Amino acid sequence: MTHRSAKDPAPVLALRGISKSFGAVRALRDVSLDLFPGEVHALAGENGAGKSTLIKTLAGVHRPDSGQVLLDGEPVTFHGPADARDAGIAVIYQEPTLFPDLSIAENIFMGRQPRRALGRIDHRATRTATAALMHRLGVELDPDRPARGLSIADQQIVEIAKALSFDARVLIMDEPTAALTGSEVARLFGVVRALREQGAAVLFISHRLEEIFRICERVTTLRDGALIAGEPLAGMTEEDLVRRMVGRDLDELYPKQHVEAGEVALSVRRLTREGVFTDVSFDVRCGEIVGMAGLVGAGRTEVARTVFGVDRWDAGEVEVAGRALVNGAPSAAMAAGLALVPEDRRAQGLVMGMSIERNIGLTGLRATRRAGLMDRGAERSRSLDWAVRLQVKYARIADAVSTLSGGNQQKVVLAKWLATGPAVLIVDEPTRGIDVGTKAEVHRLLSALAADGVAVLMISSDLPEILGMADRVLVMHEGRLTAEIPRSDATEETVMAAATGRAAA
Amino acid sequence: MTVTTTEPAPVAPIPASSSTRLVDRVFKMRELAIFVLLLAILALTQLGNSAFLSEQGIKDLLLNATILVLVATGQALVVITRNVDLSVGSTLGISAFAAGTYLQSGGHPVVAVVLAVLLGVGFGLLNGLLVSLGQVPALVVTLGTLYIIRGIDSIWVGSRQITAADLPDGFVDFGSAGISAVPWLALIALAVLVSTAYYLRHFGSGRELYALGSNPEAARLAGIPVRRRILLAYTFCGALAGLAGALYLARFGNVDSGTGSGYELTVVSAVVVGGVVFTGGSGTVYGAALGALLLTSVNSVLPALGVSSVWVLAINGILLILAIAVDRIVALRVASALKKRNARHG
Ligand SMILES: Nc1ncnc2c1ncn2[C@@H]1O[C@H](COP(=O)(O)OP(=O)(O)OP(=O)(O)O)[C@@H](O)[C@H]1O
Ligand SMILES: [Mg+2]
Repeated sequence: MTHRSAKDPAPVLALRGISKSFGAVRALRDVSLDLFPGEVHALAGENGAGKSTLIKTLAGVHRPDSGQVLLDGEPVTFHGPADARDAGIAVIYQEPTLFPDLSIAENIFMGRQPRRALGRIDHRATRTATAALMHRLGVELDPDRPARGLSIADQQIVEIAKALSFDARVLIMDEPTAALTGSEVARLFGVVRALREQGAAVLFISHRLEEIFRICERVTTLRDGALIAGEPLAGMTEEDLVRRMVGRDLDELYPKQHVEAGEVALSVRRLTREGVFTDVSFDVRCGEIVGMAGLVGAGRTEVARTVFGVDRWDAGEVEVAGRALVNGAPSAAMAAGLALVPEDRRAQGLVMGMSIERNIGLTGLRATRRAGLMDRGAERSRSLDWAVRLQVKYARIADAVSTLSGGNQQKVVLAKWLATGPAVLIVDEPTRGIDVGTKAEVHRLLSALAADGVAVLMISSDLPEILGMADRVLVMHEGRLTAEIPRSDATEETVMAAATGRAAA
Repeated sequence: MTVTTTEPAPVAPIPASSSTRLVDRVFKMRELAIFVLLLAILALTQLGNSAFLSEQGIKDLLLNATILVLVATGQALVVITRNVDLSVGSTLGISAFAAGTYLQSGGHPVVAVVLAVLLGVGFGLLNGLLVSLGQVPALVVTLGTLYIIRGIDSIWVGSRQITAADLPDGFVDFGSAGISAVPWLALIALAVLVSTAYYLRHFGSGRELYALGSNPEAARLAGIPVRRRILLAYTFCGALAGLAGALYLARFGNVDSGTGSGYELTVVSAVVVGGVVFTGGSGTVYGAALGALLLTSVNSVLPALGVSSVWVLAINGILLILAIAVDRIVALRVASALKKRNARHG
């Protein structure tokens, strides 16, 4: 995989001694990087290490404070994203950047639509090209539907399609797979390999290390904004990579404690939301971690939202500790001891302009209130406590959440809900975008919660996480629960078979 | 989504799926609903007062609507970019007076119209520059320019007044003449409306206005020249307000320092009633024009039915709130329909 010919080609794009600070935060210090044609290059590092900042420097979004960007060996200055695009650099940003009111086709070709005579847009060609891209990625998304309401995974797909449509020489992808499951990832990697054959240079970021080893030839590791190493992946092990990222050896990634399951805490009976999922029944007992697996779009997130009352159900019932929940009432669900850590952190989990402290404090308004007034002191100490437990990396706890790196925002959402001390915790993709070190920490937390008697329902697209953490695995396929597999029988094969509908269990 | 096996690339035409048709339908419905409401109001009024839809009656209605349609078209462009221009009333007033003064001193009508438009372009540029460069919300900036322009207008005009007698006959006649019931002014407005709609639909920069209203941050990342597009929208809006000023002069032949004051609220109402969402990114100029027609009709209908005109404002307000409520409900419905489609993709 890693045989670049003896006469190395020159890098298409290179960074030399790049530094970038945001106020007192030194996001990048003296970082260099070479991207070669026909090579997939991984960028690794913990949350807040500076990966996204580096990418935005390459993309012309940020101007480096010092250092140079070299294109074909020549120093260039990108004055904006348009300059980088014109230089043949396509970027998938960590957070989807779609126009909700416009169609998928328009989203993909905005600013460079195919033209007819007199500079008019060729709508038909735009649509055809979009359909072709979707086909290449192996997904069925209607080019004419608006981007509003797309699931995170579908948004990610549209972003990937957009980047592919550039036919760029350099393709940069910031956690493109974070929301995807195995089959979509395989499809994406197929496309990336084809691009590599055609001589494109690819920069790839992922917190799933096995993906890095699957597709990349070379890796650059950052820690706290500093360059640790840029080296070929051949001969490296996951442990080597983790050590470079974290600076120490890592403890067990899946520290699952065995807990004797207690009473049924959450009971879902024949739950149906028309056209979304049908006849879903399951129990989660105190002390149990139940994993929920399935392909993107199988309806897992929708089940979670409905149980919590964000969406209404059309039939069925939900009981928490033997008491029936009211349909469509999240506040009642919260009062009954239910907590939901949502999938879409930007849209549903956080108030971006508000401080870290207030965001974590939001769910505790009830607990930290004194005589009807907010007790800011109590809120602060509670927030600090959770921020520290989850190793959120921030400059000051009063900083706006929007200044945090993607993974650290995710941690704030987790903290906010864990702080409520729930009896039943539903987590939707708890470690998406979270680095390996913290992933282990989150797993330890979930395991400890279960040991304290909390019932945990964990939805995850990360199969190893499901297998490593769950006492039981529920599998959904096209809106139905197709399998329930005990920990002892759960393997990659059995879960995938049920998720793709190949086996009835 | 389903994982499909490798097949040859699909060929056009792509069948429109039901989700698209649904969404399309909803938005067409939005405009259709206003249209039906409009027809209903006109029909009811006609029943109550058979003189209402005489040739002259229709002509008056169209004449009254023309100016609002023009300004609303410009305003729609600005609102689509998630901004607003509150200074249109002031711009209309001052350009009407400028055109009038010029005609009074013996100027050529065509030059007078051009002058009014250029004045509008000037104020539009000013608004656009302030909004796109300063980090101040458009609402505040254009509230400022509303007063500034009105202030300049008052100082310049003082207690003077321009009346039809001061204007060339041809100009005033043009203001009320037309082909049978259709006034020339209405045809001008229609031409502007149709070409603006075509531009918004079929040109890259037109689509970019929607993009940047829909998600400004994403627009920046997509390399859209955000400032230039905002400047464009404001300039266009100013130009139409200027043009509307000239047409106002032709239609009423009467301008003073208070002309057009308070007009911005009517314009914004028309745009919002017409389905151009205040948070940007969606709506059409046809919708805005229909909104303008609806508000104008309500204004003409009440007197025709012998209802006191004090009700007009209240009814405008009710329409506005209704429109916003309908938008909200429709948006929720569409969102949940799309979610269901998502899931079915499997
Ligand atoms: N706009 C900003 N303002 C202030 N600080 C910022 C801003 N953007 C990034 N930072 C800070 O810079 C550092 C690096 O952030 P960056 O987003 O590059 O991390 P990352 O490696 O991409 O992490 P993740 O894996 O969580 O996505 C973080 O400490 C972050 O808080
Ligand atoms: Mg990042």
